[in-house]
Amino acid sequence: MRYSVDQEGFYGVFGGAFVPEMLYPNVEELQSEYLNIINDVDFQEEYDDLLKNYVGRPTPLYLAKRLSEKYKARIYLKREDLCHTGAHKVNNTIGQILIAQRLGKKRIIAETGAGQHGVATATVCALMGLECIVYMGAVDIKRQAPNVARMKMLGAEVRPATSGSQTLKDATNEAIRDWIGNPTDTHYIIGSVVGPHPYPDMVARLQAIISKEMRWQLHEAEGTELPERIVACVGGGSNAAGAFYHYLNEDSVGLVSVEAAGLGIHSGESAATSVLGTKGIIHGSRTLLMQDEDGQIIEPYSISAGLDYPGIGPMHAHLIDSGRAKAISITDKEALEAALMLSRIEGIIPALETAHALAALDKMSIKENELIIVNLSGRGDKDLAAYQTYLEGLNDG
Amino acid sequence: MSRLTDLFSKKQSDILNIYFTAGYPKLDDTERIILALDKAGADVIELGMPYSDPMADGPTIQESGSQALKNGMKLAVLFDQLKDVRTKTQIPLVLMGYFNQVMQFGEEQFFAKCMEVGIDGLILPDLPLEVFAREYKDMYKKYSLDSIFLMSPQSGEQRIKRVDELSTGFIYMVADASITGKQGEITKKQIEYFENVDKMGLKNPRLIGFGISDHQGYTTACNYANGAIIGSAFIRQLKQNPSNERITDFIYGIKGHHLIA
Ligand SMILES: Cc1ncc(COP(=O)(O)O)c(C=O)c1O
Repeated sequence: MRYSVDQEGFYGVFGGAFVPEMLYPNVEELQSEYLNIINDVDFQEEYDDLLKNYVGRPTPLYLAKRLSEKYKARIYLKREDLCHTGAHKVNNTIGQILIAQRLGKKRIIAETGAGQHGVATATVCALMGLECIVYMGAVDIKRQAPNVARMKMLGAEVRPATSGSQTLKDATNEAIRDWIGNPTDTHYIIGSVVGPHPYPDMVARLQAIISKEMRWQLHEAEGTELPERIVACVGGGSNAAGAFYHYLNEDSVGLVSVEAAGLGIHSGESAATSVLGTKGIIHGSRTLLMQDEDGQIIEPYSISAGLDYPGIGPMHAHLIDSGRAKAISITDKEALEAALMLSRIEGIIPALETAHALAALDKMSIKENELIIVNLSGRGDKDLAAYQTYLEGLNDG
Repeated sequence: MSRLTDLFSKKQSDILNIYFTAGYPKLDDTERIILALDKAGADVIELGMPYSDPMADGPTIQESGSQALKNGMKLAVLFDQLKDVRTKTQIPLVLMGYFNQVMQFGEEQFFAKCMEVGIDGLILPDLPLEVFAREYKDMYKKYSLDSIFLMSPQSGEQRIKRVDELSTGFIYMVADASITGKQGEITKKQIEYFENVDKMGLKNPRLIGFGISDHQGYTTACNYANGAIIGSAFIRQLKQNPSNERITDFIYGIKGHHLIA
């Protein structure tokens, strides 16, 4: 089975570039250039240098002792929360800003849900002196206020998306419309492995550094490059794509994709795409998405702005459809409990998105001494308001 | 011969194509508005299938779509509303929407339904040319549907030729790098693009759309192509007052007929 993208931009039946003609030249330019640029020595040197000296890579692969004791396993945390800006998102934005420069683009746009991708984009734009506009759902602007403040501090303009559910999906629509209106000078930095080809593959390659490091780090620590399972949360799926990338063809390594069930898979307030989704097109890609029988996209829900998306990237649709990855859904409540658990036993406050991956450990029937890596995609500073509300609820209850 | 081909064989200039969203402003307005537009002198009607996430559309059309969906518009309802329309009018009718809607309905079922109710062509902006050529071209033919594709100011010469090759009925010439509903004067650069394409000698007629909102825009479009497509401006009219009288006034205004006060 082939898990990487083919010539035409498909992962099995998923992927492709279903975009209107107005976007065709933009997408075509990227399709024909992205591999040349990424494989260029000059690009690689600059990318590696920035990841090391600016982002702070390699991020530690940390053996979480008390967490391991709790599950009678050997659990490592890949500490993407320690990246500059606090999440894995910056691996991608560093790479894409270098690509944008090489394409001669002067203006950068992005969408953001949790605000982590927006912050990571605003950061690299400040670093390179480029204009930055971030689209963010009006609902997310409220629930991720600290990140909105950070983007503004970094000099980005944050434009609210007020259509639909006013979350990540709608911010993405607005960013696409901006790109249609500004086809020559603008590069659109998509924040996950979603969108038309080549974005899913381009973003996966830029996040692949995560599993590249995991292999040698695990070898150093355990004498093997191969864990038994890797666990990551999936919104669009970029941190998971990065954590899985160099293990896709290692059949002995189980891949666990953790989605947001919101208030419960069948509550009508959920974002569990692998269960609730069917094949269709969203944001230019054929993938699994939540939709009604007329193809109208259903507004998702999750407490976590970064997982509140009605689709998943085409690579993940293919991994799940082919049985290579197994999906687990986690409710808001389970994620909050896991965030508190990790804070109390490891002294690490995870992002709400990441908390979903941690909560999945409870549902995995772990073998004694099983070697597991959880991708700790981000830190929880941005979510303190939600955590505080949760803690107050515990005290009152 | 398709109704579109027939139209363009009789009339090569000053074609007016009006877009509106099916089920807007009221669910049951679809047929009434079609008939009113026909009577007022529109040449082609582009009927929008409302969509939750219309990537190529601006706020005006998106809002009309959201309202239509709230009104209860669905593809099954739309086909039902159209089932007798061909006993009442022969104006060319084109459906516009997003490819996911067609996929979920079932592609072949959708095309068959279109033929059954008398739809003449489809505009699906996010259906890629090559996917069409590979998977759907023969089916369009089987169900007598014209395939109308878009070209934009960014489309290169080779691309425009490919669009022309795969289009039938007419080509939708996007006036500017923009989504629908952008307002403003037509610029020198746009005129240059219109002229350049005009010189290419394409086999299909061309209608210019996106941002055409008044008599002046319509005349300019008619100078450089076979006619114009007006959408958002007409939706704004429907929002303000959807009566048959106002629809007639709107069409007269665009065409520059003097109104009798
Ligand atoms: C910390 C963190 N993890 C995960 C995600 C989800 O995105 P993805 O699935 O692309 O990794 C986000 C998105 O905002 C995030 O901020």
